[in-house]
Amino acid sequence: MSSFLDEGKRPGILGWILSTDHKRIGILYLASMLFLFFIAVAIGVLMRIEQLTLNPPLFAPQVYNAFFTVHGVIMIFMFVLPGLPAVFGNFFMPIMIGARDVAFPRLNLMSWYFFIAGAAIVISSLFTGNGPPDTGWTFYAPFSLKSSTNVSLGVLGAFVLGFSSILTGLNFITTIHRLRAPGMTWHRMPLFIWSLYGTAWIQLLATPIIGITLLLIIAERLFGIGVFDPAKGGDPLLYQHLFWIYSHPAVYIMILPAMGAITEIIPTFAHKTIFGYKAIAYSSIAIAFFGSLVWGHHMFTSGMSETANLVFSLLTFIVAVPSAIKVFNWTATLYKGSVEVRPPMLYALTFIFLFSVGGLTGLMQGALAVNVQLHDTYFIVGHFHYVMFGGAGMGFLAAVLYWFPKMFGKMFNERIAALAWVPIFIGFNMLYFSMLVLGYMGMPRRYFTHLPQYHYGHTVASIGSFILASGLILFFANLLVALFKGRKAEQNPWGGVTLEWQIPTPPPTENFSEIPEIKGRPYVFNPEAPR
Amino acid sequence: MKNPSAVSVHKDYEGSKLGMWLFLFTEIILFGGLFILYSAYRSRYPIEFHDGGQHLNVVIGVANTVILLTSSLTVAIAITALRKGNRRLSIFCLSATIVLGIAFLMDKYVEWSGEIHHGIYPNSPELALRPQGDQIFFGLYYSMTGLHGLHVLAGILLLSLILVFVIREKVTGTDFNRLENAGLYWHLVDVIWIFLLPLFYLAA
Repeated sequence: MSSFLDEGKRPGILGWILSTDHKRIGILYLASMLFLFFIAVAIGVLMRIEQLTLNPPLFAPQVYNAFFTVHGVIMIFMFVLPGLPAVFGNFFMPIMIGARDVAFPRLNLMSWYFFIAGAAIVISSLFTGNGPPDTGWTFYAPFSLKSSTNVSLGVLGAFVLGFSSILTGLNFITTIHRLRAPGMTWHRMPLFIWSLYGTAWIQLLATPIIGITLLLIIAERLFGIGVFDPAKGGDPLLYQHLFWIYSHPAVYIMILPAMGAITEIIPTFAHKTIFGYKAIAYSSIAIAFFGSLVWGHHMFTSGMSETANLVFSLLTFIVAVPSAIKVFNWTATLYKGSVEVRPPMLYALTFIFLFSVGGLTGLMQGALAVNVQLHDTYFIVGHFHYVMFGGAGMGFLAAVLYWFPKMFGKMFNERIAALAWVPIFIGFNMLYFSMLVLGYMGMPRRYFTHLPQYHYGHTVASIGSFILASGLILFFANLLVALFKGRKAEQNPWGGVTLEWQIPTPPPTENFSEIPEIKGRPYVFNPEAPR
Repeated sequence: MKNPSAVSVHKDYEGSKLGMWLFLFTEIILFGGLFILYSAYRSRYPIEFHDGGQHLNVVIGVANTVILLTSSLTVAIAITALRKGNRRLSIFCLSATIVLGIAFLMDKYVEWSGEIHHGIYPNSPELALRPQGDQIFFGLYYSMTGLHGLHVLAGILLLSLILVFVIREKVTGTDFNRLENAGLYWHLVDVIWIFLLPLFYLAA
């Protein structure tokens, strides 16, 4: 049987961009996303260069405002949000539940086109009109209503990207409900699928709220309807509510699938069944549920009532519990396992460490008194990079390494992959830990320059960013070389036991010549051993 | 039941209906954002919302309600007729639904033109002289009925497409899933209007 890589319905590039094969669509997402990722990384590095010089600034303040806005919009809406579900969810979810494709293959391709259209609109907003948006990725009213820059187009792009996200979520929920192989009961599903399922529900139920909020920003700018404009009796605080009702759950859209991928990697390299399957599965759903109720913790200093502050603070502490459950379960899985630290595992363990730092610094800000000091400082920036990059991003890197051989049928150089970890880890912590410290000292976020007392910290962070970026380049260059020159990958290079490792590498177009029948739980490494 | 994939992926009716319902959830939440704004502002400006409601034309609002409810009936008949093999009745009722949808939009056009003629539209100098609550009321009125109007338009286009399918026998008495999903969408448009009517026209 020939693989999906060789066999398309149409020849050449058309066979890719018109393909409804979930595997090809996953790779389309991967390629387009990595391209956008590196643009955003470059902008991030430019911001760090700006902070190297004190006076005069290298880039004008307005340019810096555009930098952090565009960096945020691309990273969040085009890389971290769709990252794991659209790439690995698309590629592996049908295989892991024993299906031939997703429930709506054509809708799946359409989602990719929405993604590309949204990305194109955002990118075009940089070069047209009055210059790139300068509001930050949050588009806070009333500034986003008044800014003379190209906010409307940027917001429209984010709206279209939201469509892509909703349709992917819809597709995944339907697929998981309808297309599981015989015997694949809910409690036999791999945990990556559970996390995608929780994610899909958030994508579906939260994204429309940002959709309407962004539409209102556009309507406000075009027609002046006044619902967020204080001059007309509107209330900007309501904008913040609507924005975070989506954008906080969105954080869990980003982190849940990464947690799912980590949950696949850890048992494979510990050669041991996962500890607490049901606890991990249900904690995914609990995170999706409680994560939808904590948006107010972004607004403690915005002038909400004290009661609202207290309730949101309490809920914020509660949402940490299911995340902690996962961390404990991963650690318990390692206990007495035969742990083999190959590259995917190395990045997975890094995920646990960095995510824990991110999670705990998050709790600090969930405390009301501390939040007043830390709000809108570099501490926040450091915290969410620990979660988004150290968590979701590191999960993405781990997942890339884990599944790359299966996706492309090529093996990468494991030593270089491990070597790239050194600059990534060192650079990461230099960059973002400095930010935590700077923020604690009082450095506000989104300023193009800084006071002399923060210069040392900024210099360390900037040097860290260069090290980190070079590590990322090495990481992906290694994969690129493997893609063209790598030796052929085995069917199951890591000794995984979920369904994707039972089929040829790379997978055949139809995934399975015969739909498998599932007879037991996942993650059974030694069927003979007594359990 | 558990394994439709082994038989046929493309004719999984239950799956496609599940997908449609999920999509309808997202539509409800899209409008939900506006309903949240409405409730927050109504509790802040109760008197202005009362006055605003008095200003709107209840007759047009009720006429539009009757039109939409009737169109929901005709689309339901169209589905049942097709299932029972009466294709001509189905085509007739589907066309009637589309005509009623267009009538709704024309009604809306007349209503909006009247308001705009009175100088009441977002950012108008006339509105700027009024209290802030009035400006918010009409800002919400135009956004919510406008977004609903766009949904009516989308529904009309969707139903027209399905009508072509029925005429060309691509949607038939045994394969009526797409018609049913389009009907679900049309009912959603109807249900949202049922909430808009009291919130704006009967607010007085």
